[in-house]
Amino acid sequence: MPVDFYLNIVASGLLTGLVYGLAALGLSVIFGVVRVVNFAHGEMMVAGMYGAVLLFGFLGLDPVLSAPVVAAVLFGFGWLLQRGLVNRFVERPEHMQFILLLGIATILLNALLMVFGPDSRGVQVDYVFDSVEVGPLRLDAVRLRAAAGAVAVAAALFAFFRFSRTGKAIRACADNPLGARVVGLNIDGLYAFTFGIGAAVVGVAGALMTLVVETRPQLAPEYTLLSFVIVIIGGLGSLPGALLGGVLIGVTEALAGVLLVPSLKALVGYLVLIVVLLLSPQGLLGRRS
Amino acid sequence: MTARGGILLALLALAMLVLPAVADRYVLSVLTTVLWFAYVGQAWNVMMGFAGLLSLGHALYVGLGAYASAALFVHFGLGPWLGLWAGMALAVGAAAFIGFLGFRFGVRGVHFALLTIAFAEVARIGFDHIGWTGGSAGFFIPVAADGGNDLLNLRGSPALFYYVILAMTAGALLVSQRLLHSRLGYQWLAIREEPDAAEASGVDLFAARIRAVVVSAAMTALAGVFQAFYFNNLFPEQVFSMGRSIEIILPAIVGGIGTLFGPILGAFILTPLGEGLTHVIERMGFDVPGMKQLFYGAALVVIIVFRPDGVWPWLARRLKLVRRPGEGA
Repeated sequence: MPVDFYLNIVASGLLTGLVYGLAALGLSVIFGVVRVVNFAHGEMMVAGMYGAVLLFGFLGLDPVLSAPVVAAVLFGFGWLLQRGLVNRFVERPEHMQFILLLGIATILLNALLMVFGPDSRGVQVDYVFDSVEVGPLRLDAVRLRAAAGAVAVAAALFAFFRFSRTGKAIRACADNPLGARVVGLNIDGLYAFTFGIGAAVVGVAGALMTLVVETRPQLAPEYTLLSFVIVIIGGLGSLPGALLGGVLIGVTEALAGVLLVPSLKALVGYLVLIVVLLLSPQGLLGRRS
Repeated sequence: MTARGGILLALLALAMLVLPAVADRYVLSVLTTVLWFAYVGQAWNVMMGFAGLLSLGHALYVGLGAYASAALFVHFGLGPWLGLWAGMALAVGAAAFIGFLGFRFGVRGVHFALLTIAFAEVARIGFDHIGWTGGSAGFFIPVAADGGNDLLNLRGSPALFYYVILAMTAGALLVSQRLLHSRLGYQWLAIREEPDAAEASGVDLFAARIRAVVVSAAMTALAGVFQAFYFNNLFPEQVFSMGRSIEIILPAIVGGIGTLFGPILGAFILTPLGEGLTHVIERMGFDVPGMKQLFYGAALVVIIVFRPDGVWPWLARRLKLVRRPGEGA
């Protein structure tokens, strides 16, 4: 049944897309608050992937369970990075911030390459070939778990920003840094906290991603660009937009993978980006500035 | 420029001219690379340094110039002096389209940079699938058998290529200097510093920005033509790669964005440093892939933290090479 076949492709793309969306969410959080584009985003994601691969290799820990550990480590890394380096660039011109993070990305990428080598490493969980049947759909258990994890973390993130005191304070910083400072918020501390959260979120996305793809350092620049594309498509500063953009890219990629030559798959994301910029430059769910 | 600066520049030019007589093949090849990066750095600087438009996809224009001229040479026997026009036309077309997309819809700053990356990536993946230019297996220009110098077809000895790229670099410096002191140049500087104020005083932002992108792309395409005929092989994975685009922007950043001599100085610092590092790493026996790039990344961070304006403005002030600090030459 060709319709069923395509439905399955769309479903699998949707599930992967949710993990993409989570990664992009991290980027969106950092950009929305600190106003710095994290050019090392894919590198952080791949670092998270290697974290999950190592924990699986040594302790046999399922990536879903190692995700919190990875998140904690990356939170610390992001916090330190913002405190130590990025914070003094917050007021500087955009290109300088960009170049700083480009340098950090290059260091991270090549450090990963030197430590782990260029070969792929996979996580062989025992449910790797399991699948769940829902009506006409046959969903991979690994993909389902990864997507469920992504949705749970995204929901937690939304709740954090909506209901917690710190989350509200961070939103205040994002809306009006000067006003936030006037009412006595510790801007630098909140920025560091936000960068930490963004790094933790992308780290979790990386850990979950190991269920679906094999880990290699070369994925890092691809994921950086992918996150950018998703954030721009979804709309800058829009958290639901990032998830939506992720799903859109996931589905188009999956469809392109079967309809076109697989190696042309990556092209589709960029074409979607160009079309979105032409039709709706502020992105799908972005606010008009 | 002060008298001292002028004398130094003349001495440097003289040294560069007589160098092939004394330098060996290796030194000549390193210097050719230095000059190539000085040239593309200069071309990139027109966009970023003068007009404040961050492009992270300049590998696209290099690649278009390279592939267009190489394809015309291999398939139709047209020499690079004709092919370069095709290369420039392609690059200008692509640049105008990217500029149109970006500036029309207010895609600014970092997001414009992302748009330029997206196009370079589209080209990388696209050229992987174009069989006419060899696809991902690479595209090769036949190497001349007799080894004679043929300037018309750009075939010949390392010294020939050295003089060609030296002339190109000198030309780019002159063009940049002219541009900077033209009406358009002043418009660019105004846009870079205060776009709103520039617009209020009657500068057509869209037109001036498009011009910056187009001029920069045309200059960059020539570097691609040179690259194609110098190395005789092209692989989309290398030519259009993100890493290539980053290599292109480094000389200007290290030397000093927006200055005339910054890109040249930056290239003279970075390339020999990279070469030296390669030797040291080989000598010490820990030749791990990624080591050199790690160093590059660290250099970027160190420079942007400690010398965000680049080395040239600082050096020029220390050596009293310029009258006014900051401005151009």
